[in-house]
Amino acid sequence: MSRTLAEKVWEAHVVRHGSGAEPDLLYIDLHLLHEVTSPQAFDGLRLAGRGLRRPDLTIATEDHNVPTIDIELPIADPVSRTQVETLRKNCAEFGVRLHPMGDAEQGIVHVVGPQLGLTQPGMTVVCGDSHTSTHGAFGALAFGIGTSEVEHVMATQTLPLRPFKTMAITVDGELQPGVTAKDVILAVIAKIGTGGGQGYVLEYRGSAIEALSMEARMTVCNMSIEAGARAGMIAPDQTTFDYIKGRPHAPSGADWDAAVEYWRTLRTDDDAEFDAEVRLDAAELTPFVTWGTNPGQGLPLSASVPDPETIVDENERVAAEKALTYMGLEAGTPLRDIHVDTVFLGSCTNGRIEDLRAAADVLRGHQVADGVRMLVVPGSMRVRAQAESEGLHEVFLAAGAEWRQAGCSMCLGMNPDQLKPGERSASTSNRNFEGRQGKGGRTHLVSPLVAAATAVRGTLSSPADLV
Amino acid sequence: MDAFTRHTGVGVPLRRSNVDTDQIIPAVYLKRVTRTGFEDGLFAAWRGDEQFVLNQEPFRAGSVLVAGPDFGTGSSREHAVWALMDYGFRVVISSRFADIFRGNAGKQGLVAAQCEQSDVELLWKLLENEPGTEVTVDLTANTVVAKDFTAPFTVDEYTRWRLLEGLDDIALTLRHADDITEFEQRRQAWLPTTDPLPAG
Repeated sequence: MSRTLAEKVWEAHVVRHGSGAEPDLLYIDLHLLHEVTSPQAFDGLRLAGRGLRRPDLTIATEDHNVPTIDIELPIADPVSRTQVETLRKNCAEFGVRLHPMGDAEQGIVHVVGPQLGLTQPGMTVVCGDSHTSTHGAFGALAFGIGTSEVEHVMATQTLPLRPFKTMAITVDGELQPGVTAKDVILAVIAKIGTGGGQGYVLEYRGSAIEALSMEARMTVCNMSIEAGARAGMIAPDQTTFDYIKGRPHAPSGADWDAAVEYWRTLRTDDDAEFDAEVRLDAAELTPFVTWGTNPGQGLPLSASVPDPETIVDENERVAAEKALTYMGLEAGTPLRDIHVDTVFLGSCTNGRIEDLRAAADVLRGHQVADGVRMLVVPGSMRVRAQAESEGLHEVFLAAGAEWRQAGCSMCLGMNPDQLKPGERSASTSNRNFEGRQGKGGRTHLVSPLVAAATAVRGTLSSPADLV
Repeated sequence: MDAFTRHTGVGVPLRRSNVDTDQIIPAVYLKRVTRTGFEDGLFAAWRGDEQFVLNQEPFRAGSVLVAGPDFGTGSSREHAVWALMDYGFRVVISSRFADIFRGNAGKQGLVAAQCEQSDVELLWKLLENEPGTEVTVDLTANTVVAKDFTAPFTVDEYTRWRLLEGLDDIALTLRHADDITEFEQRRQAWLPTTDPLPAG
């Protein structure tokens, strides 16, 4: 029978099929841990007298709470420090490999897995973090789970799950210069809405997706959750294999050949049917930014703040009114006229080396505008080291930006990098929710190119505006 | 997990769509390593506004939350469910739930009852016109009842069974430990492990 990519990966991991309403039991190939969603799960194991079934399929990093300056000092916030120390104790007790603050492999969990070669096509990958969908860029079935499920995977290396529906997101054509993977996914979310992907695994396909690098594919899959989807996937191809080859945990020798032979089968069959299909024309896409307080409230940079009165659906109209009040914006204001205080370049969405290179290319020879601070936060220490070996840090510093250590940083308000009430940011992260970057903070989601251009002009801008 | 069959409590109208888990509990409250005591973080930013529904009597003591569509979007934080339950909520009614939130709720015994949006609107009106109205959510009959209002709701069948029986997921899975072991023996040898690599 013809099957989609997601169905193939699912079937390959069914430990036992459920009967009737009972879910399938799915085997998990890789379990990623961080300090925030794991302590209660470890406690649960201890309380029940259960062990960690597969420490050799489990790996932990410290990311959400870590400061991105002065990392040689103890974490100042005692509650954050306790959470990080708890992870260290738990990993030591249960035999889990941990990359702590300061370690050469430390970083955001979704940056670390792929760069170590631990994320491979056809695998099932879970983490107590919704952006686990990032790993779907490799043709893995990767999704975020809650802490109860984290404990379940720890104890059994499986999860009881009902099959997801499948949705094809086809993006054909060629992206124009200055239009990036971030713009593609923001446009997808604006099109299908924050609930549009609910219950689905999204498979991104089409010539524009095939032309993307692995890092760009990760950006796209990363934000699948912002469309409500459990996971996003892209069929593995030569780009994928080239990226994995030679990484620390990649197969080698005869194992490599066997793996690639299997990976080549991980494509949606030509006559397989999706439960839903959406199409976008790559050539029509332009730099995209959000104006509101959910990631579906986005528009091309050339547009203006929408007028809620023109929105027909009552719930959406009320949501738009509340968003404009929170964001301190007036309907009709051109998006390009919106001033920002802060620019954040980083996160599991856009904190990889290509993102830093793209932003540095825009910043070269320019200065960050007066009154604007720009934080550049590599997604991992390895990304940081790579950037420094290419001299990118010098570009950022010369432009007046701050060059930080690795972590989740200003993507979420759990560490010292936060917006103050009323401050406005252009951010390459993934969520513009109320208070996400700090209580009262206002977030506009943008690509690394738009972030860099915005830093220079002080208003939402694209690189074309700098010429 | 405690079994759930029927619950009656004050209904709370929350006229908002896209209530993401950052609103249900902001990240700053996620730093704790314990599993209880998250009620202070529930809707922390909104509770600073005295007009917010949970700051109004008699909604303060509510236990059935009636929210707009796309409830629980965003972050996977199970703390959102813990905060709702620690505060006293046993049921959330919405026309659409985010997948991860729905799953987390089911693990903890919080009923995520999916109703038609038209029924949510009727319930909002009733709760706003007659504050303090009690809502009964019956999982055996899949009904929401408040005064003369009655509506059906859905939860997935397996979750419903587990909630009614109060069953622990891990114990259920461990009944199939032999199947897991057998599966592990079939896995490809080239799949990666996280074992540290030899230096160099």
